[in-house]
Amino acid sequence: MKLVRDTWLIFQQEAGLMVRNPVMVAFSLAQPITYLILFAPFLKVVMVDRGASSYADAYRIYVPGLFVAMGLFGGLFAGYGLLSALRAGIIDRCRVTPVSRTGLLLGRALMHVCLNVVQAVVVTVVALPFGLRVHLANLLVSYALLSVMVLLSTSISYDIALLVRNENSLGVLVNTVGQPVSLLAGVLIPLVLAPMWIQRVAVWNPFAWATDGMRALFAGQITQNVVWQGALIMSGLAAASLFWSSHLFNRDVS
Amino acid sequence: MIEATGLRKSFRVGRGRGATTVDAVRGVDFAVRRGEIVGFLGPNGAGKSTTLRMLATLIRPSGGAATIAGVDLLRAPAQVRRRIGFVAQASGTYDDSTARRDLVLQARMHGLSKSVAQELAAGAIRAFQLDDFADRKIKTYSGGQRRRLDVALGVIHSPQVMFLDEPTAGLDPPSRVRMWQEVRRLREAGMTIFLTTHYLDEADSLCDRVSIIDAGRIVAEGTPSALKREISGDVVAVDFAAEVAGETGGDLPAATKLLAEAPYVHAAEPVDGTLRLYVDSAATAIPQIMRALYDRGIEPGAIEARRPSLDDVFLAKTGRSLAE
Repeated sequence: MKLVRDTWLIFQQEAGLMVRNPVMVAFSLAQPITYLILFAPFLKVVMVDRGASSYADAYRIYVPGLFVAMGLFGGLFAGYGLLSALRAGIIDRCRVTPVSRTGLLLGRALMHVCLNVVQAVVVTVVALPFGLRVHLANLLVSYALLSVMVLLSTSISYDIALLVRNENSLGVLVNTVGQPVSLLAGVLIPLVLAPMWIQRVAVWNPFAWATDGMRALFAGQITQNVVWQGALIMSGLAAASLFWSSHLFNRDVS
Repeated sequence: MIEATGLRKSFRVGRGRGATTVDAVRGVDFAVRRGEIVGFLGPNGAGKSTTLRMLATLIRPSGGAATIAGVDLLRAPAQVRRRIGFVAQASGTYDDSTARRDLVLQARMHGLSKSVAQELAAGAIRAFQLDDFADRKIKTYSGGQRRRLDVALGVIHSPQVMFLDEPTAGLDPPSRVRMWQEVRRLREAGMTIFLTTHYLDEADSLCDRVSIIDAGRIVAEGTPSALKREISGDVVAVDFAAEVAGETGGDLPAATKLLAEAPYVHAAEPVDGTLRLYVDSAATAIPQIMRALYDRGIEPGAIEARRPSLDDVFLAKTGRSLAE
């Protein structure tokens, strides 16, 4: 109960600050919108052999991929915020109070979840005039899957940040992890177009499962196994990673 | 109110085989009574902040024990947190937030409801005279305004014990005096205050008692006046700064050697181009010092007699000056 209250408290503070800085929110939308408008048309050409004959088809393939990219990179840079809060003494100030330690992390992570879901809604709305059509229930499930992914990537970023404690190393590590993971998840071009060996490697990439699940949702196939499989893999990893960041965060603190 | 015995902290530095252990605090004992203002005086890296952070439950001590407001620090840190306030060296406020928002958040982190938190925030804004800027972004505040907000945040829940880490570091003189007034006001409100400082005047005028800490150990402890009385007699400061800068140079070491052997000088310590001489009475020693210097052809820039300061105490205990 206390964890829920304190998480909500920290979430409100962090989200409140984000809302007071609308320029930042607008800028964080620039990248997904750019990809949406300038990259999706390529897919229509590339995927024409695979039955993508219209823009609607291209967007139905690309928007879920974009969601995964957002879910991955939206959280991976969260560690910067944590490091700057640590440096500014904000975390120390909170830790001297009886506030829940896990709540301090979870509230921050949920702010990133919320921000990314808002972005996803904007992306969905922008894609509608291009012909994107998706069932509302499936769309809502895809937002839920996105939320779990952001929780996972945020906590991975927190893990790295708490281990290296340095913005430069965090940046290098995040890019080193993020790039192969996103390519091997087929966020840009579906893995069905990839050579066999890449597909075999990708089986071990949890985010590839999430991408397949996400695409199935947009294709209207919510009952496909890959939907619950992707969701389960993401949830399990997110829980494990959050547990670990919480451990690192509380380390050496009485 | 605070009692610490053998409190120590060592950190591991580096990784793998190259890792070494640094003893930041090597076992300190001290006690602070209810309503006292007690200061840890020492240079940077002496272990002041580490001690304070251990007492404020931010880092776990490697050894020793402490009781704060009757609660065992190691066994019940959560209980300690309800009874203490802490103002760190780094401010700990959000640049884009406002004083009012951060005050409300702070009260709510102490478990208070939104309405109570808002009342407390309004009260703190009045008490610390933050009215003029309470709803402006914190990044627009001056150093003194920011520091006042920091203290207001630390005491929002009316703690029994208040920890202040370098409360006036980096502030201009008027802001420092104002901060001292705030600290005294907190004591009048019934709080016990434990602070760290590397400013001599702050320790001297603000603290009831001072512990001088160096290299992780307490080397002296007492009221500022008692500590200064330990240095019996007067201090004669002979200034060679102009000489050192000029061409001749080398007079300071010569004068140190000469006067250290003089029977009327207890100790001679060169500090920053000035020779500090500890004597029984400046009135009788100065003529003798002058004569001894002139006989050797040494001409000092200036001679000044003064009462011992806390820096002289520090110098006597550690062989170094805090001012260095």
